[in-house]
Amino acid sequence: MEILGLFNYWAVIFLMMSGLYIIIAHDNLVKKLIGINIFQTSIFILFISLGKVSGGTAPVLTESAQLYSSPLPHVLILTAIVVGISTTALGLAIIIRIYKAFGTIEDNEIQQEL
Amino acid sequence: MSSGNLILIALIIPLAATVLIALANKLPNLREAITLLSAVALIIVVYSILPLVLDGNSPGLLLFEIFPGLEIYFELEPLGMLFACIASLLWLINSIYSIGYMRGNNESNQTRFYIFFAIAIFSTIGVAFAGNLVTLFIFYEVLTLSTYPLVTHKGTQDAIHGGRVYLGILLSTSICFFLSAIIWTNVLADTTDFKTGGILNHVNDNSIILLLLLLYAYGIGKAALMPMHKWLPAAMVAPTPVSALLHAVAVVKAGVFSIVKIVSYIFSPALLSDIIELNFLLYLSGATIIIASIIALKSDNLKRRLAYSTISQLSYVIMATAILVPISIMGAAMHILAHAFGKITLFFAAGSIYTASGKTKVSELDGIGRAMPWTMGAFAIGSLSMIGVPPTAGFLSKWFILQGAFTIESWFAVTVIVISTLLNAAYFLPIVYMAFFKEAKSHNTISNGEAPLPIVLALCFTALMTIVLFLYPVYAMQILTLLTGNVS
Amino acid sequence: MLSNHLPILQVVIPLIFAPVCVILRNGTLSWVLASLVSCITFIIACLLLTSVSGGNNITYALGGWVAPAGIEYHVDLLTAYMLLIINAVAAVVVIAARESMASEIASDRLYLFYAAFLLNLTGLLGVVMTGDAFNLFVFIEIASLSSYAMISISRDRRCLYAAFKYLILGTIGASFILISVGLLYAVTGTLNIFDLSDRLGNVENTNTVITALIFFTIGIAIKAAIFPLHLWLPDAYTYSPVIVSTFLAGTTTKVFIYALIRFIYSLFGYEFSFNQLVLNDLLMILACGAVLYGSIQAIRQDSIKRLLAYSSIAQIGYMVLGISIATELGLAASLAHVFNHAVIKVALFLSVACIIYRYNTEMISQLHGISKFMPYTSACFLFGGLSLIGIPLTAGFTSKWLLIQASFSAGYWSLVIIIVFSSILSILYVWKVVEAAYFKTPAVELSNNNTQNAPRLLYIALFIFVLANLYFGTETSVNIGFAKDIAYGLVN
Repeated sequence: MEILGLFNYWAVIFLMMSGLYIIIAHDNLVKKLIGINIFQTSIFILFISLGKVSGGTAPVLTESAQLYSSPLPHVLILTAIVVGISTTALGLAIIIRIYKAFGTIEDNEIQQEL
Repeated sequence: MSSGNLILIALIIPLAATVLIALANKLPNLREAITLLSAVALIIVVYSILPLVLDGNSPGLLLFEIFPGLEIYFELEPLGMLFACIASLLWLINSIYSIGYMRGNNESNQTRFYIFFAIAIFSTIGVAFAGNLVTLFIFYEVLTLSTYPLVTHKGTQDAIHGGRVYLGILLSTSICFFLSAIIWTNVLADTTDFKTGGILNHVNDNSIILLLLLLYAYGIGKAALMPMHKWLPAAMVAPTPVSALLHAVAVVKAGVFSIVKIVSYIFSPALLSDIIELNFLLYLSGATIIIASIIALKSDNLKRRLAYSTISQLSYVIMATAILVPISIMGAAMHILAHAFGKITLFFAAGSIYTASGKTKVSELDGIGRAMPWTMGAFAIGSLSMIGVPPTAGFLSKWFILQGAFTIESWFAVTVIVISTLLNAAYFLPIVYMAFFKEAKSHNTISNGEAPLPIVLALCFTALMTIVLFLYPVYAMQILTLLTGNVS
Repeated sequence: MLSNHLPILQVVIPLIFAPVCVILRNGTLSWVLASLVSCITFIIACLLLTSVSGGNNITYALGGWVAPAGIEYHVDLLTAYMLLIINAVAAVVVIAARESMASEIASDRLYLFYAAFLLNLTGLLGVVMTGDAFNLFVFIEIASLSSYAMISISRDRRCLYAAFKYLILGTIGASFILISVGLLYAVTGTLNIFDLSDRLGNVENTNTVITALIFFTIGIAIKAAIFPLHLWLPDAYTYSPVIVSTFLAGTTTKVFIYALIRFIYSLFGYEFSFNQLVLNDLLMILACGAVLYGSIQAIRQDSIKRLLAYSSIAQIGYMVLGISIATELGLAASLAHVFNHAVIKVALFLSVACIIYRYNTEMISQLHGISKFMPYTSACFLFGGLSLIGIPLTAGFTSKWLLIQASFSAGYWSLVIIIVFSSILSILYVWKVVEAAYFKTPAVELSNNNTQNAPRLLYIALFIFVLANLYFGTETSVNIGFAKDIAYGLVN
């Protein structure tokens, strides 16, 4: 039961490994970027899982909450999402320029042209 | 004037000379006048410190501290004083010679030549006066770097290749072994100062001492202990004044000087002779003496023959040190002195022959003695000193070394000295014989008489000094006695 | 009082002025602005250094929220020392950058470069300054994202691929650091580095903490280009504009070495990381690999920039080596080398910048005999190279001395051999350039008189750093003195 009880962490690990696999295995630069996104998402889930307390409530607009989930991970993850989006945006911008410069976004073809 | 200031001035003079020489770039006469004047000034300063040392003082000067434990510190002791005296005196002689040689051969980049020469002298004085290993190491490295442009002076493919070997061996051995050994010493003794009686007496582990000694012996690549000797023949591509002063006097002498100094003041002979069971330094240097002499015998190029002769003579100094008794260490110091004057004479003669007739090979020298009597006469005296025949200085040093070898009953050392004396005679005397008593080969027209006057003057002076040192060794002996007092 | 707010001003000033550059839309104005800003931050760093050098640390609670709830900026001697390095490099390099950057990138992108530069500076300063683990991650990403942008700004299309490679690897590294922070938060419920270190005492041996340490080390190893995770570095340094390479070589990797030291000593604790987890053994193996691999690769390069990049990998190896010896002296050697290497590499890269400005090439094979045409630049490269080798009286010698001394005192003989052997290798690659510059027949293209000599500011910057090499090789109260004090403070 304990293994199943930690299913969210299993999900995290599964996503993390899928992301890493995509980054390594695919030649297409956009797919690599997608891999990075999946990888980062898994970390977001990790953080949010940490903050969850079963039965806890959100400590918002109430003085009487006895059992509440920690709001801090959510705040952190909001920041981390912003960082992730910036990375993706910059990555895509570079890919566009790579496409203009090399005429391809396949890793192996670019390496031949270097 | 305080003695500390004198040390500082002795270092500043050659350094200031570099600046002035650079400024006088366009005026050759002024430039050479500056070189000569600063050489004279250096001699005056160095010889005015001499009485202090003879009185048994050891004046010191702490220049600055890089960080605690890493100080630039100078201290005078008899051995360093002797070395400084040789280097400063020969700078003047060699400058006179250089003027004749460089002009006679129309060498290019003469200003650069004089500048780096002065820097090399500066670092030699620094090595001589160094009061601790760190200072010694720093000036040792400056000496290597400043002589590199001199070795590659001609800028030909050969010169670049020779320079690469030169720099490669000297820098890598010094950084690999010498620097490691110094830092190790610092860790063990918490100081790197040269002290009478050594600083490593408290180390109980004999294998550490022996390993350190090995690191020093090979780290000081300038001492040309085989197989770290390759740089010396490679450096013979340099113009002759460079070979003469630097590769017969300053550079190689800085090497053996460092070894004698380290054995005397870092280890102390007493410590080493207690623990050394297999005296590897003795055998290594003995082997170097014999092998180098045999190679010299087979070389036809005159400068190459002289280079290998230097290698074997350097190992004399190392072997004398490795005998580890005061009298032999005195012999080592004496040999530094005797070999300096003898070998510089030989190199001067080789350069003189090259300038006058363009010849570089031993086999071409038949009958040249009649055209160049002064040059070949000096060459003969230099050769006698190398072999160790009276009335030359070489005899005295060999005498002391033999005496040391008999004291510890090292028949190996005695045999080596006897065999190498025969070999020395075998590769020097035929040159003298051919030069004076053989007819010149007819198609091989012999030259235009003697080399320019400055060259002849310089080489006659050094040849004369070799004899004077034998006849009046009083001052030299005075310093050497002080040294034996320090090491026994 | 303004002086109470110096810690936040240090980070916020470049942050505020970065968008101003974008609004200005003018290369020259942006340059003036960026230069002014980096001078101001440099002055602030000096003020901070003088106020903490007495031994009293400064803590600054952001927005008045006291730690551990709020984010805290923490300035101790280590922080101030790093701030000094970063700001000195930044100020000199950006002032010298104008003509060189203008010649290397399109003029309508210049202001973007200065904006990215200021953001990068913000990130680097923030990493050093912050006392909050998550905040550290954010600043790392600010620094990294802006450096991807700075690398990709060059006209050379290969820079794009280099930037993308760096982006992928860098993001993985940063994510690993984020995972580590998350795990630490999970076991302690706090993010403040000093609070964390207090609370970790009870839970040290749990798998979570060990995993956190592993993730953090790998993440930092990618970011700091510790062998074998250095793959992004050679391309990034080679294909980016030379001013960018100069700045990155002088600052970025050093900051991550700082983060490694900070986490090991202030957060996880020396005892836990080294004595229990033997992280030092792992680091030592990696460092030896770095030192040998970097040096050997450097010998094989024809591009001077690439040669210096590989040499950087080797030098980073020295820094890690110092940490891995795990003694106070080793740490001091590492910190001193962080400082010295910044001074050395910036000097070398700036002389390459002069050469590229004039001849538009950095290939050794095309620069034969360049000392005839650029004597000062060649001499500067020579002195920088001597310092890199570790010739006495140069800055490089002092840290190498400490490093060998530390290895001897700790009884690591093999390290001594590796250090001296790699010094020989460094002679080979430095001499490769020097010999081509001084002793080869001049190439015909170089004698072309139409080329424009490098701008005066670039030369002044170069001279400053070359003189610094000589100065810090003889007067060592800043590099060695502070490094020893810091090491003493961290170990005890």
